[in-house]
Amino acid sequence: MIEQLILTVIMTSIPLIFAASGELIAERSGVLNLGVEGMMLMGAVAAFAVAMGTGSPLLGMFAGAFAGALTAGIFAFFTLGLATNQVATGLALTIFGTGLSGLVGAPLVGQAIDGLAQVHLPLLADIPFLGTLLFQHDILAYLAVIMVALCAWVLSATRVGLILRAVGDNHESAHALGYSVLSVRLLAVIFGGMMAGLGGAYLPLVLTPHWAEGMTAGRGWIALALVVFASWRPWRVLGGALVFGGITIMQLAGQARGWTIPSQFLSMLPYLATIIVLVLISRNREFALANSPACLGRIFHAGK
Amino acid sequence: MPAFFVDIGVGLKSFAIIKSLSMLFLSRVISFASPQLCLYPLPVDYGRWPLIATHPLEAFMKARPRLRTSKDTAKKTGAAPAGDQMPLLNASGVIKRFGDFIANDNVSFSIYEGEIHALLGENGAGKSTFVKMVYGLMQPDAGVFEWRGKPVKITGPQHARDMGIGMVFQHFSLFQALTVAENIQLALPAGESLSSLSDRVRIMSAEYGIGVDPDARIHNLSVGQQQRVEIMRCLLQDPSLLIMDEPTSVLTPQEADQLFDVLRRFSNSGVAILFISHKLDEIRALTSRATVLRRGINVGTVNTDTRSARQLAEMMVGETVADVVRKTAPADDDILLEISNLSRPRSTQFSTPLRNISLQARRGEILAIAGIAGNGQDELMEALIGEWRDANNGIMVIEGLDITHAGPTARRNAGISFVPEERNGHAAVPAMSLADNNLLTSHSLAGAVKKGIIDNNAMRQAADDVTTAFDVRLPNENPLASALSGGNLQKFVVGREIAKSPKVLIISQPTWGVDVGAAMFIRSAMLKLAAKGSAVVMISQDLEEVFMIAHRIAVLYDGHLSAAMDVTGLTAEKVGLLMGGIAASKGAEA
Amino acid sequence: MISLIPRKDIPLALTVMTPIMAIAITLFVGAIIFATLGYDPLEALYQFFVAPVSRSDQIADLFVKACPLIIIASGLIFCYRANIWNIGAEGQLILGAVFSGYVALTFPGLPAWAMIPLMVIAGIFGGMLWAMIPALLKTRFNTNEILVSLMLTYVAALLIDWIVRGPWRDPMSFGFPLTKMYVDAALISRIELPGIGYLGQLHWGVVGALLLALCAWFVLDRMLVGFQVKVMGAAPRAGRFAGFSPTFVTFMVLGISGAAAGIAGMVEVSANIGQLQPEISFGYGFTAIIVAFLARLNPLAVIGAGLVVALAELGGDSAQITLGMPKVVTGVFKGILLFMLLAGETFNRFHVEIRPSRSSAAKSVEVQN
Repeated sequence: MIEQLILTVIMTSIPLIFAASGELIAERSGVLNLGVEGMMLMGAVAAFAVAMGTGSPLLGMFAGAFAGALTAGIFAFFTLGLATNQVATGLALTIFGTGLSGLVGAPLVGQAIDGLAQVHLPLLADIPFLGTLLFQHDILAYLAVIMVALCAWVLSATRVGLILRAVGDNHESAHALGYSVLSVRLLAVIFGGMMAGLGGAYLPLVLTPHWAEGMTAGRGWIALALVVFASWRPWRVLGGALVFGGITIMQLAGQARGWTIPSQFLSMLPYLATIIVLVLISRNREFALANSPACLGRIFHAGK
Repeated sequence: MPAFFVDIGVGLKSFAIIKSLSMLFLSRVISFASPQLCLYPLPVDYGRWPLIATHPLEAFMKARPRLRTSKDTAKKTGAAPAGDQMPLLNASGVIKRFGDFIANDNVSFSIYEGEIHALLGENGAGKSTFVKMVYGLMQPDAGVFEWRGKPVKITGPQHARDMGIGMVFQHFSLFQALTVAENIQLALPAGESLSSLSDRVRIMSAEYGIGVDPDARIHNLSVGQQQRVEIMRCLLQDPSLLIMDEPTSVLTPQEADQLFDVLRRFSNSGVAILFISHKLDEIRALTSRATVLRRGINVGTVNTDTRSARQLAEMMVGETVADVVRKTAPADDDILLEISNLSRPRSTQFSTPLRNISLQARRGEILAIAGIAGNGQDELMEALIGEWRDANNGIMVIEGLDITHAGPTARRNAGISFVPEERNGHAAVPAMSLADNNLLTSHSLAGAVKKGIIDNNAMRQAADDVTTAFDVRLPNENPLASALSGGNLQKFVVGREIAKSPKVLIISQPTWGVDVGAAMFIRSAMLKLAAKGSAVVMISQDLEEVFMIAHRIAVLYDGHLSAAMDVTGLTAEKVGLLMGGIAASKGAEA
Repeated sequence: MISLIPRKDIPLALTVMTPIMAIAITLFVGAIIFATLGYDPLEALYQFFVAPVSRSDQIADLFVKACPLIIIASGLIFCYRANIWNIGAEGQLILGAVFSGYVALTFPGLPAWAMIPLMVIAGIFGGMLWAMIPALLKTRFNTNEILVSLMLTYVAALLIDWIVRGPWRDPMSFGFPLTKMYVDAALISRIELPGIGYLGQLHWGVVGALLLALCAWFVLDRMLVGFQVKVMGAAPRAGRFAGFSPTFVTFMVLGISGAAAGIAGMVEVSANIGQLQPEISFGYGFTAIIVAFLARLNPLAVIGAGLVVALAELGGDSAQITLGMPKVVTGVFKGILLFMLLAGETFNRFHVEIRPSRSSAAKSVEVQN
């Protein structure tokens, strides 16, 4: 029972890990993309459609990543190419992604697919308790952790990460040193979209093997809050996502145990928790802004 | 003394530069570390370069043989080159347009090895555009650059650095959230690991006493330290041409002199220096030739010792420069504004705390608050406007009325007007009309708003009156503030406040980034206001301006404000020392 | 590569043309999407944008559909002008409906002259209350209002779901999640035009919506509080310099937009539904964001913008019935429209030049120094 519960918590947190660490990279470059929800939905519907069409959930996974990246490309075109307001453009992306995914997915409603297979890591999977929890997952779950590690390593230990941070910290200086601010941001946004797409793909490929309109249910927004919660540090995303996964699962556990609290209140928990977490993090300005990219949300103009 | 300094090979050049630069740092660091060496007590803030009038090391440096014996020992180096010498960089017919605006119109220019060459011009004359093209940040629309005689297309800053062009930016191009080593790494070619670079920086820092920890984050460094990081970053690239964009704007006169000393050493070792400034005395002291830009056109390259500062100014402006005449100090002892013991704690890690500031502004005078940027000017201005207030810190009284707790609106109602330093987004809203911008500071005054409803006609009329009285030139009938040029917008925001005939005008950097004509206009308007019986408190970094119009001068250093001194008999040197914190710390002890 | 050069002045024609061009391009892109999905694009556009308004009573219904959008957008404009990103109007609408529903359901005996005004006040209170939470958290703890207001929308949706399934469920509803029907005095009546009679579902709430938009325009354009909002949004530092309080403005704009959304919730239930149910809004709170931008944040233009977007909503229904197209198509349209409007803003502020890529340095956005 407890094993099953923890396993569910981990699985619930996977989409958040993908989406939040992708957004974290985009934000570190100075771009605030509020369209995570839209990108996740596009990833989810593409993954489901391709997995159903080809019968290969693995291809579905790639399709999800591709769709997310493509959706992010639209955002990049407007915010980077045409210097539109990032907040409003992000909203537009969510509205657009929700609509388009619903349109594309309309014929898919009610269909079912085989989800991604579990990959038992040799030896490790046989460890009692921990083996079940950590080493009997599907490939996406392992990838999520690998991606977090990759993000952390790239940010802190590579030149690419240094340039990314520099662009997010002061785009004028980065431009003056000859770095192409817009190219760096384009890549970061596309990467963020790819990750959001993978996070979205996890929903129909693993969590619930069917497609439903708006099936992300606000996970994209929670991922945005997670980035703040993690104060722009990749490893903290992992912890934060597990916390949110735990809170989400609490309602199921609560219902199973016959708690008398109405189910709606339990369902509110992730959203309320998000607000509480935002307050706790934001109230300490120094801490909240310690790693916050100085140029976040600012439009880049070379020259001045 | 070491013989190898006399004959420097190419490979040793950068070493020599670093060595000579480091002597400057060394002198400062030693003077800090061993106070007994110093003639004056030193301020506690080691971040700022302590100033030493005649330091023992100064004598030591003078005694050293010159880096290149072939050069004469005249004050100027790199005197006008011989005719047959090939220029290091030659630009011919360079044109750069932005839309229908021509920023550089057929500019030709050349600089030789070892030459210190000034690029002179008013704000907006095209200096920055030109050097940005040299540094590869922009591409010319027409014209050719030649590097050591060969035509070259400078595709980007990376390319420029590879060629041997380094640039120190006016507003440093440093990354506040990154460490010193990371900042340096970003300007160097890829390949060197951060730890190896950190070691190099640390070794160099220890060996030459630069005093900057490679792991320190930039936002923890003082302005002076940041400039050192910026310069160090340039030198590690081993440049043949060093571009410096207004480097003295963050330095006291004495610090500027020391920087010039270092620059002369660079030029002696063969480095060409392109020095951008609009300070004429500085240019005449340092450079041998100056190229003057006016509205994007090269109006001439001249030998600086053949021209007076006034002649250079006239080349720059294109017309005869009028002088502003200050009347003698007012006899009136009537105190209009009095501030006692205003303190303000550090609000962010970037800010300067204010320490026990007291001042009195008298009827009929201009009281100048001099000082280098970053010594608490912004914090003081916010406290004066009332954007920041604290019940327990300081008392502010205007004509017997206590306004310590009053916000900006109540302070305006009491008869004070303010002009903050930043025009765009502080003194004015760029995206709004002049009528709306007039409303910004008069919404609480009679006639502007009735029962919550704005009298738009009255505001339009008032804005028109200001533009007429202060000769604000408008690009069209009803422009947004952003459509006005810097000088015209400044005339508007100053005029807007003076038109209210305030008892006290508090104004910060009144002529910052403004062309000479507008600057003179604004200065005489301030003098007129004072002559009519108001008090003017002027925060200014421009010493020339301070001496031109102020009756009394106080100096802001590290959040301390010195006592105000009568301008008669006061020398720029003395004010400069105060700006460097020498007497301020003495004063604090007294 | 795209190069942006700031305009010195903005021609009036461009200001007017921007939204029109945005709509035109959206229709064009929409036609392409229809064609891709295998529909006849002309037929689809006809069903979408002409069929729903081919009769006079349908035009009246267009106003009814636009009513909540106009009300909410009139309020949201204050937020967006002040650079406060309230995207939780949907939740504020729900709370307005719940609070006004409390008045209607708890005091069914109130006289008609008191009932509607009290319900409006309750609706305003509910919407404001919900909007005050992000305002309080933002001013007190510097919390991001975008995320908080959105999270509260999810909470509000769950709240009303619980209310109509739990405490307020009509025992006679046969297990359906519905409250009792409102008494007649609590319903907003339809407009009866002399000589014509009822015109579709046209009700007095629509008149209220138009009046609210006018009020919003007056406050924003003529009053000092409106000026404060605009200054705070355009240059917060200049706002503090002028002596305006950012905290006050934050509370005010969120309060206004919350109140407007609350009114919209009250009107929607009272005029169209007549009782509380889990779904009382069809995403009006989100759609109104697009209305506000289509109006270029001008309250007078909100009326026209509300009608245009309402047409897209009705068109979605029409296309669903006649062509079997999924309802979400409207969302695609709305998303594209918002993209185009934002791009239009860029074309307003800059000369946009597209030229072949040159060197790496020239790839950046070049702006005159």
